[in-house]
Amino acid sequence: MAEIKLDSLIKSYGPDQVLHHVGADIEDGEFIVIVGPSGCGKSTLLRMIAGLETITSGEVSIGGKVVNGLEPADRDIAMVFQNYALYPHMSVRQNMAYGLKIRGTPKAEIARRVQEAAEILEIGAFLDRKPRQLSGGQRQRVAMGRAIVRDPQVFLFDEPLSNLDAKLRVQMRLEIRKLQKRLGVTSIFVTHDQVEAMTLGDRLMVLNGGYVEQFGTPIELYDRPETVFVAGFIGSPAMNFLPAEADGGVVTLANGVSLPGAEGVRGKITFGVRPEHLVPDAAGPIRVQVQVFEALGANTLVHGVLEGTDTELVVSLPGHETPTPGDVLCYAAPGEHHHLFDAESGARIAP
Amino acid sequence: MVEKRPGFTIVAHIVLIFGVALVALPVWITFVGASHDGARMLQAPIPMWPGDQFFENLRQTFFGRGLDGSRTAPVWMMMFNSLVMAMMIAVGKIAISLLSAFAIVYFKFPFRMGFFWLIFITLMLPVEVRILPTFEVVADLGMLNSYWGLTVPLIASATATFMFRQVFLTIPDEMLESARIDGAGPMRFFWDILLPLSRTNIAALFVILFIYGWNQYLWPLLITTDPDMMTIVVSIKQMLEASEQTPQWNIIMMTALLAMVPPIFVVIAMQKLFVKGLTETDK
Repeated sequence: MAEIKLDSLIKSYGPDQVLHHVGADIEDGEFIVIVGPSGCGKSTLLRMIAGLETITSGEVSIGGKVVNGLEPADRDIAMVFQNYALYPHMSVRQNMAYGLKIRGTPKAEIARRVQEAAEILEIGAFLDRKPRQLSGGQRQRVAMGRAIVRDPQVFLFDEPLSNLDAKLRVQMRLEIRKLQKRLGVTSIFVTHDQVEAMTLGDRLMVLNGGYVEQFGTPIELYDRPETVFVAGFIGSPAMNFLPAEADGGVVTLANGVSLPGAEGVRGKITFGVRPEHLVPDAAGPIRVQVQVFEALGANTLVHGVLEGTDTELVVSLPGHETPTPGDVLCYAAPGEHHHLFDAESGARIAP
Repeated sequence: MVEKRPGFTIVAHIVLIFGVALVALPVWITFVGASHDGARMLQAPIPMWPGDQFFENLRQTFFGRGLDGSRTAPVWMMMFNSLVMAMMIAVGKIAISLLSAFAIVYFKFPFRMGFFWLIFITLMLPVEVRILPTFEVVADLGMLNSYWGLTVPLIASATATFMFRQVFLTIPDEMLESARIDGAGPMRFFWDILLPLSRTNIAALFVILFIYGWNQYLWPLLITTDPDMMTIVVSIKQMLEASEQTPQWNIIMMTALLAMVPPIFVVIAMQKLFVKGLTETDK
């Protein structure tokens, strides 16, 4: 168990810099999720922490010790890979024991630890099977088991759930969360799935194009996204962005409709509001021309455009609604749910 | 057949049976020849059905001095020589190719691709092409008439190196990374992970290389002058040229028959792994 410190990490491949000054202080026992679209550098960052990728500049410390120059095996970490990377010719038991065997752990101790991990993960029944005789979910457990038996200071997960089907993914997600809380091991989990990120992480690091966009708790990210990117990435369906003009207390949308807000802000802005925060209101200023709707059962997603423009908009309504395409529906957007971003930089300006 | 037409099936069978007969006929004649006495084999027409001298010939060929005046060692000794040569070539080629493929796939060193192509280019230089310089080298090293001389010049193999390279490339990188995190060093990774994963490919290659080694003719012919070091494949030709004698066909055919046995054994024993090694892609 240990805290991890990332200090101004940079990764370059030749002249291309793919990670820019990534810094973070991760506390002991924390579950950190690194999330971002593919190609944002999240796996590279994880692999740098693991020691599988060289560090161009900056420092990684685990438990107060700088580990830049250490081999992966000496960093006291365990990693779960996306394709599990189980050794196909070894039984589950051998797979789990391999790391301990190399370290020269006594046989009795290995057997005890494997047994213990197998009980935690409920894989005791197939310890003597080969990985190819197991289902995806079972392999996933074995990969976790291989990490647990080592009793490392840090768990690293590289998109471990993306090879599972949707139902199993939800189930494993919960189990990983419970397991991590139970063992209290500092963990870093990489994913591109924002739902996975929100449900798993104590704190999320949103990466985009090699930059950290925001680092905070899931609710912070949801309530106060610092950039347009985070606002659009966190939350499903994604936030609506409407180009607008602010004039010190009045926000004017592209179709000329004004609504109060944005005190002290002037100039071009991006006005953001989440689909679930738009409330039906016959006198509401946000008029949406319906195109299609998706009935999800618990709620209905209405896709349309802001009347008089071609800015697309999504509204999430509770229950069953059956709007007719072409109709215009009116919504109010309560002031506390406004998100205003600078139109140029995408940075949050208010509230 | 995809189509179900009886006429088609019959034609297909006729063609196949004809093909089998064509391949099997020489083997049959060898077998028949090995089962008659020497005198019978010299009369025309040659017999087409087995005689009763098979075991007598076998005894004489296998344990006797082989053929009078042909300067050959007993056949069991030549079979032993062939076996040693084929085994050394097969095992040596596999060992060296595994290691060079391991180096080329998993290590970054200057001119890596250069070395790979260098190995690859040797495909264009089989023994027959470089036979004079190679003979010179072997002779200077004093390896004439020795197992080393028989095998060492044939051991380097671009084909096998290339094949193992392809096998290693199909093994996901995560396997290596996982082993690194588990604390396995390079040689440990090689022994514990790569070797077991290449098992079937090694078996397939062993079959091919064993037969390649067993069938070597030109090279052993050149460097063995001592009858005690002669291989069985070479000896068959030597027997034909036995000085001042009519060829003893019964003995020669028996020798030929015996020369076929070990490769057949290897193929049968490793058939399962062999097919797996050539077809299996799942790693």
